[in-house]
Amino acid sequence: MSNDPAVEIRGLVKRYGPKTAVDGLDLTVRRASVTAVLGPNGAGKTTTVETCEGYLRPDAGTVRVLGLDPITQAPALRPRIGVMLQSGGVYSGARAVEMLRHMASLYADPLDVPALVDRLGLGSCGRTPYRRLSGGQQQRLALAMAVVGRPELVFLDEPTAGLDPQARRATWDLVRELRADGVGVVLTTHHMDEAEQLADEVAIVDAGKVVAHGSPELLCRGGAENTLRFTGRPSLDLASLLKALPDGTQAAELTAGVYRVTGDVDPQMLATVASWCAQNGVMPDSLTVERHTLEDVFLELTGKELRA
Amino acid sequence: MSAGTFTPRPAAAPVTRMIRAQTALETRMLLRNGEQLLLTVIIPALLLVLFSSVDILDTGAGKSVDFLAPGVLALAVMSTAFTGQAIATGFDRRYGVLKRLGASPLPRRALMAAKTLSVLLTEVLQVALLTVIALALGWSPHGNPLAVAALLLLGTAAFSGLGLLMAGTLKAEATLAAANLVFLLLLVGGGVIVPLDKFPDAVRSVLELLPISALSDGLREVLRNGAAMPWGDAAVLACWSVLGLGAAARFFRWE
Ligand SMILES: Nc1ncnc2c1ncn2[C@@H]1O[C@H](COP(=O)(O)OP(=O)(O)OP(=O)(O)O)[C@@H](O)[C@H]1O
Ligand SMILES: [Mg+2]
Repeated sequence: MSNDPAVEIRGLVKRYGPKTAVDGLDLTVRRASVTAVLGPNGAGKTTTVETCEGYLRPDAGTVRVLGLDPITQAPALRPRIGVMLQSGGVYSGARAVEMLRHMASLYADPLDVPALVDRLGLGSCGRTPYRRLSGGQQQRLALAMAVVGRPELVFLDEPTAGLDPQARRATWDLVRELRADGVGVVLTTHHMDEAEQLADEVAIVDAGKVVAHGSPELLCRGGAENTLRFTGRPSLDLASLLKALPDGTQAAELTAGVYRVTGDVDPQMLATVASWCAQNGVMPDSLTVERHTLEDVFLELTGKELRA
Repeated sequence: MSAGTFTPRPAAAPVTRMIRAQTALETRMLLRNGEQLLLTVIIPALLLVLFSSVDILDTGAGKSVDFLAPGVLALAVMSTAFTGQAIATGFDRRYGVLKRLGASPLPRRALMAAKTLSVLLTEVLQVALLTVIALALGWSPHGNPLAVAALLLLGTAAFSGLGLLMAGTLKAEATLAAANLVFLLLLVGGGVIVPLDKFPDAVRSVLELLPISALSDGLREVLRNGAAMPWGDAAVLACWSVLGLGAAARFFRWE
C-alpha cells in the first residue's frame, strides 16, 4: 500500500461553467518527494491541488491521494494530509498561536507547538490577531497549520508568495526537512529558483494540462539547448570540431576568436571540446557553460504573453 | 527541532476532544468580538433597564419589568442564535475558515455541534446576566423552568436554522447588513418591547407567526402568567426550526 504513489491524477477535467480550468491533466507524485507545480496565472494549479484536497469534484478523470479517493474517502484521508490554502483559512479574530494550538488539538499526535512557533519565527506575533498579521506572517502561520498534524503528504499553494528572503529560506529549509523525514510535499510556485532548489520533480502546467514533467536537471537539459562559449585564436576550423561532436550540435565564431557551441551540453561534450583544443594547440582563455535556467524552459513552453 | 521531528504520525483526535476544542474556540471568538457583545449583551441589558425604569411604554397591567424580561430573553436568544451566528459564520465562510477546517480531521457534523454548543453556552451567560438585572429591577418570574428551557431551546433551533441559511447563501457583507436589519425589525415588530396588541389586527395576526413573537409570547405566558407549556407558540417555533434547519442543510455553501 505504501508503494502507491502519493498522488495519481489521470485525465482530470474541471470546469467552471463554460470555462475549462483543468483540461485532461495527468500527474504522478512519488511518496516522500518534493514536487513543484509551475504555471502561469490561471493555468489550473490551485484547481488541481484543491481537487486532491477533496474540495472539488472532478468533472472527468480520476484522482487518488495516498491511494484514496479525496471525496468518497475524505474522512480517512483528511488526517493524513496537510493543507496550506493560497490565502485565508483563519478566524480573523484568532491569535496566531491560538489558531495553531487549535489545529494541533484536532490531531492525536501533533508536533510540539512552541517549537514550531519558534521554528517559523511566529513567537513575536503569537498574540496578534490574524487580521493584523503581516502578509508574510499569515503565510507562515498557514504553513505551520499545514504541518502541525504530522501529515504524510502536504499540499502547499504558493507557500512563499510575499515572503522576505529570510522567511523564504526558512520555508525552503522546512520543506527539505519534511522530505528528509519522509513527508511528501506538493507545492505550487511562480519562483523558478524555488523549484530548482527544492523539487525532485517539476510539473509545468499550462492551460489546464501538464506540458513538461521531470527533474529540474532533465527539464533544463531537454527542454532547450544549452551553450558553451570559449575564446581562442581566430579562424579555427570548426568543421573538424563538429565532426567530433554529436549530430545536431552547432558551432559558430561570433566575433574573431569568440566561439559558441550550441547543443546538448554534457560532461562528455566538454571533454571533447577540451581535447579538440589540445589537439589544435588552442589554449582557451575562457570556457564557460551557459545552462538554460528553468525560467528559459518555462517561457519557451508557456510563451511570453501575459495570461488572462 | 531535530531529525525525525516531522516523521509522519497522522491520526485524528477523538471526536469529543475535537468538539470540545472547537466549542471553546468558537465561544472565545464570539465573546472577543466587540460588535457581537454590543448586540448580544449590551443592547438587551440596556433595553431592559431603560424601559423598566422609565415609563414610556404601555406594557399593560402589572410591572413593566414582568412584561419586558421575557421579551428581552427572547431578544437575547435571537441576537446570539440568529444575528451573531449569521454574521460570524458569514465571515468565517468568506475568510476561508470553513474551507480550511474542511480539510482538517474535524467532521462537518462536529463543527456544527461545536457551533451549536457555543451558541448555547453564550445564551446561558446572557440569560444569567439578564436574569440578575431583571431581578434587581423587581422582576417576579413564575411558571415551570423546564417549559422556559424548552422554549429557549426551540427558539435557538429556529433562529440558528435561519441564521445559518443566511450565512451559507449570501455574501458576508450582505449577511452583515441583512442580519442587523432583521434584528432591528424583529425587535420592534416581534413583541419584545412593544406589545403586539398595539398593532392593527391584520398586521398582528401576521406578526404573531414570527419566531421572535412566538418565543417572546411563549416566555411571557409562562414567566408572567404562570401558564404551563404554551403549545401554540411551541408549534410555531418547531415549524420554523424544521424549515430553517432543513433549508440550511440543503442550501448552505461552505465556500
Ligand atoms: N470558483 C471559480 N469560478 C470560476 N472560475 C474559476 C474559479 N476558480 C478558478 N477559476 C478559473 O479557473 C482557471 C484556473 O484557476 P486556478 O486558480 O486553478 O489557477 P492557478 O494556476 O492557481 O493560478 P494562480 O497562479 O493565479 O494562482 C482560471 O481561469 C480561473 O479564472
Ligand atoms: Mg493558484
